Amino acid sequence: MIEAKRLQIVVCIKQVPDAKSVRFDKETGTLVRESAAAVINPYDLHALEAGFGLREKLGGEITVISMGPPQAMDALREAVSMGADNAVLLSDRAFAGADTLATTRVLAAAINRLPGFDLVLCGKLTVDGDTAQVGPGLACRLNIPSITCVNHIDLEKEAMLLTRTYDDGQDVVKVKLPVLLTVNKSLNTPRLPSFKGKMRAKSLQIPVWGCAELGLEPAETGLAGSPTRVIKTEVVSFEAKKEMLTGTVQEQVNALLERLKAHGMA
Amino acid sequence: MTQKNTGIWVWCETHENAMTSVSRELLSEASRLALKRGTVTCALIFGSDIALLAKEAVSFGADRVYLVDHPALSSFNDDIFTAILTDLARQYRPEIILAGATDRGLAFIPRVATSLETGLTANCIGLDIREEDGVLLQTRPAWEGNLMATIVCAEQKPQMATVRPGVLKVSEPDHLRQGEVISVECNQEWLTTNIEIISSSRSINTGSSNLAEAEAVVCIGRGIGSGKNLEMAKEVAALLHAEIGATRPITDEGLLDKALQIGQTGVNITPRLYIGFGVSGAMPHVIGIKNAEVIVAVNKDPKAPIFEMSTYGLVADVNEVLPAMLKALKGEG
Ligand SMILES: Cc1cc2nc3c(=O)[nH]c(=O)nc-3n(C[C@H](O)[C@H](O)[C@H](O)COP(=O)(O)OP(=O)(O)OC[C@H]3O[C@@H](n4cnc5c(N)ncnc54)[C@H](O)[C@@H]3O)c2cc1C
Repeated sequence: MIEAKRLQIVVCIKQVPDAKSVRFDKETGTLVRESAAAVINPYDLHALEAGFGLREKLGGEITVISMGPPQAMDALREAVSMGADNAVLLSDRAFAGADTLATTRVLAAAINRLPGFDLVLCGKLTVDGDTAQVGPGLACRLNIPSITCVNHIDLEKEAMLLTRTYDDGQDVVKVKLPVLLTVNKSLNTPRLPSFKGKMRAKSLQIPVWGCAELGLEPAETGLAGSPTRVIKTEVVSFEAKKEMLTGTVQEQVNALLERLKAHGMA
Repeated sequence: MTQKNTGIWVWCETHENAMTSVSRELLSEASRLALKRGTVTCALIFGSDIALLAKEAVSFGADRVYLVDHPALSSFNDDIFTAILTDLARQYRPEIILAGATDRGLAFIPRVATSLETGLTANCIGLDIREEDGVLLQTRPAWEGNLMATIVCAEQKPQMATVRPGVLKVSEPDHLRQGEVISVECNQEWLTTNIEIISSSRSINTGSSNLAEAEAVVCIGRGIGSGKNLEMAKEVAALLHAEIGATRPITDEGLLDKALQIGQTGVNITPRLYIGFGVSGAMPHVIGIKNAEVIVAVNKDPKAPIFEMSTYGLVADVNEVLPAMLKALKGEG
């Protein structure tokens, strides 16, 4: 078995707007937040659960980290209430506006500052950014392999046996630790916070690390440290020379088929 | 003075020693961009027994093909593919690197971008070159598809993007095109890895490629109502020589196969004709159908957003429209 050496597990989570609390206003092209509700990125809950499962089998410690504004502390407390042992918030005004490259720089600096790690877990993607880039990018900075889209984890001697499900197939992969995994939702069912966990989450001191603690220059982080820029956003609109067909259902259908014929389509 | 980055690179994903369709789409697009930029298109093919693919890459627009052919590359290994592409990019300094936003592309391209300390834009659905400075204009959906964002990486090279399959237009292959083929010797260092692929299986393609290339598509939305209606819609599709597609709620419920899902997280289609039965027209869905020539919507709600983008709209109940259509289509024999 992977040594009973107390596995050090890091889980990276992100706080995202609660989809239910956001509405898109087509007229103004802006996002209307019906409330300030924010949740843990749904995929990250599965990464957390994977960590809990492994800790149960092997023993070990789970540290959750999150880069975000001060209110991301809520996401960390929620993770602790579900069972995480430690948490660190990575927050600094300089971190705002980071693209995935700048994000991985901060996450890697934080992980390297921890006493050690055997396994890093991330969700497959975040529902707001939808890039799936942070996990593999972070693995690259930590100089460890990454396996994405994991939906089954088995433990073997000194290695993990993983199943990853791709859009067109499935691989079984053996990998030695340390490794970074990004997980699919089908891997497990996330648990709910426990009462004991909630109590612990209330009292746990969660440190906040910024540029100074991480030994990073502000210019390497956030918007300043991001090579990509959004130069334009547009409300999606599709022009159509639209015609609403009228009459009884049969008349509408006949009119439609006539027009399709004219297009050479029926 | 550092050497200037030139050339547009395409990582060509392969499947059983054949090029995947997104590779052809990317090569076609890259050669259009290369023409605009006055530079070359290069295909990068990693695999085992893939020498024959070089010709195909050239026919779709590659001026140069870098082949890395080695038995160890027969299945995708994140570490190895990262090492090869990173090293080659360091050595030959491309201006742009493109790859399909497939699960394999998304697994290793971010590692390459991070190694090269450059920007990467995920899941693009449109690319262009800004003529004055060669900056790659990368368009991708944001905010669940409600916005289109144009993203640039103006200061770092290479500029890197992954592009969703099924969005870019494939050119007609030109089998007389000439290109240079460079066989790259597989460096042993590239093959050092802690990842061992024990087995690899590709699912039988359940018609998703048919859907992506179909001339006509009948799409089933949540408003379809019953299994009987689904059967009638399939009959209508057969009479119109159309493929069946679906919205996410339908594939989520398992009424139809996941591979038939159309939209942002499914297949992008480019048919001449699209008919939606009981489809509301949510943004993540319509992103996948916007290139259809004629869009027909059947929905009982006159305010359904799909009507805003349809060529022909029928405000009607599918329960009535389907039998009427069958009657009319059959009646005409
Ligand atoms: C990140 C993300 C990605 C997504 N990706 C996709 C994607 O790739 N593809 C996709 O399809 N969706 C996707 N979705 C889901 C999408 O937002 C919508 O929920 C979905 O497209 C709605 O499907 P629908 O139109 O079938 O159902 P609904 O929105 O429920 O619409 C049903 C329609 O049927 C009409 N109707 C009901 N009964 C009848 C009747 N008897 N006769 C006529 N009309 C009737 C109703 O008026 C209604 O307009 C995604 C969502 C998110 C958040």
